[in-house]
Amino acid sequence: MKQKQPHRLPANSQCITREKTVQFTFDGKKYIGYEGDSLASALLANGVSLVGRSFKYHRPRGILSCGSEEPNALIRVIRASSAEPNLRATQIEIYDGLIAESQNRFPNLKLDFLSINSLFSSLFPAGFYYKTFMWPASLWMFYEKIIRRAAGLGKVSTTDKDTDRYEHKYAHCDVLVVGAGVAGLQAAYIAATSGARVIIADENRQFGGWLLTDNDFNINNKPALIWANNIINKLHLMPNVTCLVRTTIFANMDDNFIVMAERVTEHLSQPDAHLPKQRLWKLRTAKTILATGAIERPLTFSGNDLPGIMLAAAIRSYIHRYDVLPGTRAIIFTNNDDAYYTALAIHQAGGFIRCIVDLRDNPKSFIITQIRNLGIDIRFGHAVIAAHGVRHIASVNIAKYDSKAAQPISNIDHIDCNLLAMSGGLNPVVHLHSQRKGNLIWDERTACYRPENKSDDWVAIGAANGTFQLARILSEATKIATSIISKLAKNNQRLEMQQTPEMPVSDEAKQNWAPLPVWSIESAQSYISDKTAFVDFQNDSTVADIKLAVREGYHSVEHVKRYTTTGMATDQGKTSNINAIGILANTLNKSITQTGTTTFRLPYTPTSLGAIAGRGIGSLFDPIRTTRMHSWHHSNDAKFEHVGQWMRAWYYPREGESFQQTINREVHATRHYAGLLDASTLGKIDVKGPDAAEFLNRVYTNNFATLPIGKCRYGLMLKEDGMVFDDGVTTRLAEDHFYMTTTSGGAAGVLAWLEELLQTEWSDLNVYLTSVTEQWSVASLSGPNAKAILKASMSEDTDITDDFPFMTMKDSFIAGLPVRIFRISFTGEMSFELNVPARYGLALWSHLMRVGKSFNLTAYGTEAMHVLRAEKGFIIVGQETDGTVTPYDLDMSWIVSKKKADFIGKRALARASMNEPHRKQLVGLITKDPDMVIPEGAHAVIDPNKELPMAMLGHVTSSYYSPNLKHSIAMGLLKDGLNRKGQTVFFPMLDGQAPIEAKIVDPIFFDKQGDRLRG
Amino acid sequence: MLKIECPFCGNRNETEFSCGGEAHIARPLAENKITDLAFSEYLFMRDNPKGVFLERWCHTSGCRRWFNMARDTVSHEIIEIYAMGQKPKTAIGKKAFLSNWRRKSKAETASTPIKRTAK
Repeated sequence: MKQKQPHRLPANSQCITREKTVQFTFDGKKYIGYEGDSLASALLANGVSLVGRSFKYHRPRGILSCGSEEPNALIRVIRASSAEPNLRATQIEIYDGLIAESQNRFPNLKLDFLSINSLFSSLFPAGFYYKTFMWPASLWMFYEKIIRRAAGLGKVSTTDKDTDRYEHKYAHCDVLVVGAGVAGLQAAYIAATSGARVIIADENRQFGGWLLTDNDFNINNKPALIWANNIINKLHLMPNVTCLVRTTIFANMDDNFIVMAERVTEHLSQPDAHLPKQRLWKLRTAKTILATGAIERPLTFSGNDLPGIMLAAAIRSYIHRYDVLPGTRAIIFTNNDDAYYTALAIHQAGGFIRCIVDLRDNPKSFIITQIRNLGIDIRFGHAVIAAHGVRHIASVNIAKYDSKAAQPISNIDHIDCNLLAMSGGLNPVVHLHSQRKGNLIWDERTACYRPENKSDDWVAIGAANGTFQLARILSEATKIATSIISKLAKNNQRLEMQQTPEMPVSDEAKQNWAPLPVWSIESAQSYISDKTAFVDFQNDSTVADIKLAVREGYHSVEHVKRYTTTGMATDQGKTSNINAIGILANTLNKSITQTGTTTFRLPYTPTSLGAIAGRGIGSLFDPIRTTRMHSWHHSNDAKFEHVGQWMRAWYYPREGESFQQTINREVHATRHYAGLLDASTLGKIDVKGPDAAEFLNRVYTNNFATLPIGKCRYGLMLKEDGMVFDDGVTTRLAEDHFYMTTTSGGAAGVLAWLEELLQTEWSDLNVYLTSVTEQWSVASLSGPNAKAILKASMSEDTDITDDFPFMTMKDSFIAGLPVRIFRISFTGEMSFELNVPARYGLALWSHLMRVGKSFNLTAYGTEAMHVLRAEKGFIIVGQETDGTVTPYDLDMSWIVSKKKADFIGKRALARASMNEPHRKQLVGLITKDPDMVIPEGAHAVIDPNKELPMAMLGHVTSSYYSPNLKHSIAMGLLKDGLNRKGQTVFFPMLDGQAPIEAKIVDPIFFDKQGDRLRG
Repeated sequence: MLKIECPFCGNRNETEFSCGGEAHIARPLAENKITDLAFSEYLFMRDNPKGVFLERWCHTSGCRRWFNMARDTVSHEIIEIYAMGQKPKTAIGKKAFLSNWRRKSKAETASTPIKRTAK
């Protein structure tokens, strides 16, 4: 298939392969391009200049630039694996079968219904949404839908998962060179010849930077590109050098931690399945050289956003790199010499220069003379006042312009054209410098902010440093790279600096780099409006917006930025920030330096979340911990719940059983016969050392120093603020040896806290802590038949069930397995917690289930455990407590020692505020309707018929149906709860349901005397 | 991301560490009765200076040992790392330690046993 590409020039560039045609689709239409084309160059070659609609006004937008700074041409690329929005057409490489579509248009690009917004642009000034939709708040939900549709960029797929793979990689190097243009290549080469480990990375598909565009300079008396290719080849061959293309360094962080995203397979039609889509590099460098180049500034005039208006150097790039001439009748609008090279390129490519409009009065340089000699119309001291056209530029207004008075001073000419090249000077790419809080210096001569190179860690060179002339760039790169290597070599035997590095010799400059900054072109003409003079193309903010912000009192550059949203789009104002600062400075009658700058934040360009997440998604997001009995639970149809990272058996439904029926059966069986719970997840800490008892005495509220060997004690742990932190049973195994248990979810936090105390507060105590949670498997055997089952599970010679009082521990054997048995209870029934070395967990469990069969032993899960403990009024730390609850609030003053001189939290409990009335206290709740279970979290009020807002007493922390009491039970934290026992409270419900009525009672609902658990 | 030199493991990424906040907050002894106000200085008040800050760090994803660090909160420069229980040794660190308001606070005074004068 041969298709005409109307704007393609005869073959000349070496950056594209004319023999290899590539077919791609844009907005459903098929086009042809060449291998090496960006989507932008291929679309321009095919005469497609309208590629998107703007963010706010839905104005037609075309391609502005040729690099990652592109604000307009945001594209969605659709692949079989995923669709990715907001990619810049200038960076997308075309491949066979590429499917791309424009964004933010409805129903299509040429006819966009919401472009009606642009007719009413006077209704959408800066701060419009703030001002209009502030009130009433209830209508915001309604507005939001409309605004979300009208404004915005591309859509992400909400249904499909991103199935692409992203990898992370760590690396170190002596020198990282960011950018492989003239400066970067020379610096990398000098560094590499010293033997340093060098990484040089560039965001483009090939090295060379602007030499790929500006190929009429000589270095060492040969075309510059030959010099560059020579260096590139050498770098590729050096074993100490890593060359990376399509790699964006997007973050420069403390201590030279660099993050970069390498696009590995995005540009390929048939990517290798073994390769990731992107690779995120995390890099530590000894030195970072920023050779990131510069970005051209647009000029600001009415209608400057029309398709066909492009940055001058970008046009030159399309001509020289891609053999594409975007327009045939061109206007050049400039304030510097560089755009004259674009004029020359257009002229040489066969385009017609209608005229060059130069804001400067009478500049002189070699290139201007050269252009004048070609007979091209040059108008000095002139400005483009406005551009006109419907979906593409068709004509411009030109007049003599007084930049000091900011007004046209002659009659206005009307000239037709189909291309406008604009150049407002260059901005060094200082983003990576700014990310490290590097200072910027305003350079009057070159009218740009350049970095203040003060750090030892990184340094900017070349255009990124405000050095724009080839000869100077080469000498600067050589000098700085040499000095960096000399410094590094002092502490590093590997590196050896050549005494006299090669200094390439280039042509003398033909241009005079002194742009005349004119931040916006003003005019009093009635048909020309600063409401269409765009500063930030991506966020649709205009000169009028900035002036309005100043009128409304926003004078700080940071405030103006936020109020007008200038520089806050996904391009972070790469093309707009300095213009905005200039316009603000003019409006405020201040200098640029007085006005100040905003700070660039990472990332330099938008980075996909997939790359940042890497492989840490799905099952690799967080580890899942299972107990040694997991396979038994699984094959017995357990449903699981996540407790921290643990997967715990929640309940074991039998066929045809509902959730509630299962819980009722498990609870009933445990109360009447016996139940077995997998308690292996319980946190377990081995506490050992001569001072272990003293240490526990200081961290628990109650006394542990007096605990006899072989005895267990329940303990409550507070933080220094007096609030309950954790609880559990601790057993003394020997004089200097304790076995502590913690809550399942709190284990890691408790260990960390105890370690912190030992290391930072009481380093004089000789105590060692070891986490043994995963070393023990625990089965908790509970119920009236528990003792009989335990007896039956043991051989006669190992039977220790007689004379085994409550809260004691014994060691023995079950079926040959060494077992440590604790007679403690969380269910209120006689219970034995059987601990075996972890690997015997399943054997123990299976043995007990087998033996227990004739005793009606039932496996129960965490839900039944919750009901059983709630019937007894046992708290769960983290459910009944939330970090604001003291032991007194839990009515547990019995556990707070009055005798101990000190423990963590003691002083805080004595604070006046701890004893204030109206603290929330733990109570039990019995509903009037026995079958009505109050939702956990429900709030209590005294009278549900009072008018809103009602004073709330507190909330429900635990709530279940108790099959033993045949009644719903709940616990809650209520203000003055302990004094309210016997009172009635109500829990208002949502959606018109009647409030639930409940009586405040004691939280121990079952076996208040505890006869059952003592046995 | 900071590069932190753990005194036990050497240079590691900041992500391996956790910051434990302000260092040198002495715990008042219960035997020394102090007012709620004085106690609140220990319990609640934390410095957040612009400049040199003495803070505690723990190598949580490594050896799990705690240590002290003098760090500039503006430049993020790590001025010195020193052991738990010790005081800073650099001039900048010493100055930050000595000029801190806690050195005169009642809570800190109450962290050492009261000297009882013999009758």
